[in-house]
Amino acid sequence: MAITSIKNLKEFSTNNDRFEGAHTLCPGCAHSMIVRELMNCTDDNLVISANTGCLEVSTAVYPFTSWDTSWIHIGFENAATAVTGAEAMHKVRKRKGTLPDNDAPVKFVAFGGDGSTYDIGFQWLSGAMERGHDFTYICLDNENYANTGGQRSSATPIGATTSTAQAGSHSYGKKEKKKDIVAIMAAHGAPYVAQLAPNKWKSMAKGFQKALEIEGPCFINTVSPCTTEWRFDPKDTILLTDLATESLMFPIYEILDGHELNILYRPKNVLPVEDYLGAQGRYKHLFKPENKHVIEQIQGDIDKNWEMLQRREEARI
Amino acid sequence: MAEKFDLNEREVWDGNYAASQALRQADVDVVAAYPITPSTPIVENYGSYVANGYIDGEFIMVESEHAAMSGCIGASAAGGRVATATSSQGFALMAEVLYQASGMRLPIVLNVVNRALASPLNVSGDHSDMYLGRDSGWIQMDAFNAQEAYDLTLCAFKIGENHSVRLPVMVHQDGFTTSHTAQNTYPLTDEAAAKFVGKIVPVDDMLDFSRPVTYGAQTESDWHFEHKIKQHKAIMDSRPVIDEVYAEFEKLTGREYKRVESYNMEDADVAIVALGTTVETARIAAEELKSEGIKAGIVAIRCFRPFPFDQVREALKNVKCVSVLDRSSPAGAMGAFFNEVSAALYTTASRPLVTNFIYGLGGRDFSIEEAKRIFKEQQAHADAGHITTDIQQFSGLRGPYLGFFQTKRG
Repeated sequence: MAITSIKNLKEFSTNNDRFEGAHTLCPGCAHSMIVRELMNCTDDNLVISANTGCLEVSTAVYPFTSWDTSWIHIGFENAATAVTGAEAMHKVRKRKGTLPDNDAPVKFVAFGGDGSTYDIGFQWLSGAMERGHDFTYICLDNENYANTGGQRSSATPIGATTSTAQAGSHSYGKKEKKKDIVAIMAAHGAPYVAQLAPNKWKSMAKGFQKALEIEGPCFINTVSPCTTEWRFDPKDTILLTDLATESLMFPIYEILDGHELNILYRPKNVLPVEDYLGAQGRYKHLFKPENKHVIEQIQGDIDKNWEMLQRREEARI
Repeated sequence: MAEKFDLNEREVWDGNYAASQALRQADVDVVAAYPITPSTPIVENYGSYVANGYIDGEFIMVESEHAAMSGCIGASAAGGRVATATSSQGFALMAEVLYQASGMRLPIVLNVVNRALASPLNVSGDHSDMYLGRDSGWIQMDAFNAQEAYDLTLCAFKIGENHSVRLPVMVHQDGFTTSHTAQNTYPLTDEAAAKFVGKIVPVDDMLDFSRPVTYGAQTESDWHFEHKIKQHKAIMDSRPVIDEVYAEFEKLTGREYKRVESYNMEDADVAIVALGTTVETARIAAEELKSEGIKAGIVAIRCFRPFPFDQVREALKNVKCVSVLDRSSPAGAMGAFFNEVSAALYTTASRPLVTNFIYGLGGRDFSIEEAKRIFKEQQAHADAGHITTDIQQFSGLRGPYLGFFQTKRG
C-alpha cells in the first residue's frame, strides 16, 4: 500500500483530492477536515459508506456529489453493514477474478455521526465489528444530532443544553454522562481502536493509516466541534479542538487488540475544563452559581478518566 | 472451483430446500442473512454449501434482518449476485431497507416464506408479510409449491438482473404448507441452470474505480417525484421481460408460468381469485363441483407486483360472480387483494359481482369443502343477480357470524 507522505500539512491537505470542497457543510464544520484527512492518507481505492447525518446530507444531493470514489448511503443506522457487505463481495469477486482490476488494493471505510454511532446504529456497528470484516469505522463525534437541529445523543456530555435536554430554570441540561464508545469498541476485541482529534492532524493521519493497514475491524472516534450547536464562531473550530485536547475533555489515545493502551498526546499544561466549557454557548448556563457543581463533576470525571488511561497505559495489559 | 453436487432427475424437496438449491445453482456470491422461522433452512443450506465447498460465496450471518438487507445492498452495489431469505417479523424489520434496495435499483433476490405478523405472535403461514411489501418497489412472484419455489427463484435472478429491469425480486411461498412440505421436484442440471440464469453483468459497480459511483443520494422536491415515477415505470416495464423469462424457462423445462394463471376459466360462471397453496385447494374444489353442475374457475396471481391489472380484467371478464380471498387481516378495510382485483374489474364492461373472504390467518386451515361452499355461495349470488350476503365475510373463523357491508347493486 502506497501511503502518502505526511511531513508537510500544505502538501498533505491538497494531494489525492477525492473529496470535493463543493459541499454544503456549515462553515467551520470539522467533518470535512476529518474526511479529507482520511482520504488523503492513502493512495488505495476507497469504498466509503455514510450513515444519514450532516456529512451525508451535505455531500450527495442529487444531481451533485462530493465523492470522487465509490460511496454509498442507505439509512441512519447501517453504514457499517453496507460497507461490510461490499467488503464481503470484494473478497468473493477477488477469489473468482471478476473484479475490473483484480490486483488494486481497496479499503473500506464507514462514516457515522455520534447519533448514528452511539445510538441508532449501535447494533449494526457492533455486529460488523464482531464479524471481523476488514474495514474502518470513523465516528464524527459532535456530541449531538446536529443535522436535525441539535437534539441530545448518548454522546452528549452531562451539562450541555440541547433541544431535547434543555437547560432552564429547573434543569442544567443533560443529566446523563457520555457513553464511552471507545471502551465498548475495544471490548469487541477489535485490533485497533482510537480517539483522535483534527487539531493533532499528524497523529490523526497516522491513526487513520494504522486502521487502514491493520486487517480487521477498526474503530476511531474523532472529535468534531460543531459551530452551530456548540455555539462558537466558525473561525474557532481548531481553537475549540485545542481546548478539548488540552483540557483532556478529549484525550487522544489508541487501544490495540482490546487491551494495549497508548496515550498519543500529553498536554504540557493541562487546562481547567472551564476554559473549554466557557468557549461554547451550550455550556453557558453552567457558570451560574447554582450549576457550579456540574462543572466540578465534569472536572472530577476528566481527572479520573485521565488517571485511568495513564494507569492502563503503564499496566500494558 | 466448487465441488460437484449430485442431483437426481427427481428429488423430494420441500420449498425451503428447493429455494436454497436454486441459490446454489445461481452461484450466489453473497448471502447476508438472519434466521427466522419458517425461512431459516434456506440460508442455513446456503451456509452449508459454502462450508462444504459446493459454492464459492460469502455467507454473512448478521445481527438482524434489517442488517441482512443492508448487507445485501452493500454487496449488490459492489457488483455481484446477492440473495437472502426471511419471513414475517424479519420481513417487517427489513421494511425500511427494502425501499432502499429498489430505489437504488439493485437486483437482490429475496425468498419470503410467508408467515403471519404479530401480535399475537404466530409462526404459521398467512400473507400479511407479503402484503407489507407491496409498495416497496420490488417485483413479487408467488410460488404455490416447492417446484415453483425452485423454478421462480431461478427466474428471479434472470428478471431482476436484466439491464432493462434492474430491480430486486421477491419469491414468495407459503410458510410450512410449502416451505416444510416435501414434494416431488424436478431440478435442472447445474449446467443447465447456470446457462439459463447467466452471469451477472453489474451496472454502476462500486468496485470499478475507473468510474466512481454515488449510491443513495438525496433528492428533495425538485427531483424526488421523477425518481420514484421512473422506478414505478421500471416495474411496469418489467412485464414483458417477466413474460420472456417465463417463456424461455418453459422451453427449457416444459413448465409453463404466466403472470396470471387461470384454471377452468373457459366457461366459468363463478371464480375464486387467490394466492399461494390455496390455489391448489380451490382447483380440486372446482373439479369436484363439475358433477354438481357448477362451472367454477380459479384465477391465481403469480406476479403480485407488477400487479397484472389488464390480465386480471381479461381473465374475469366473462364470469358472473368472483370471490377474492385475502389471507391477511384487513384491519379496518376490505381486503387489500380484494381492492386491487375489484379496481381492475370495475373498469370492465361486464363488472361481475365481487365478494371478499378473509381466511387462513395465522395458519388456519382452508379446506376443499370450504372452497366448495364459497363457490356455491358465489353461484347463488350469480343466480340472484346481486350479492345476497355481506360483501366481506370470514372463512373458517370461530364464533358468531361476522360480515361487513351490504351490496348497493341489488
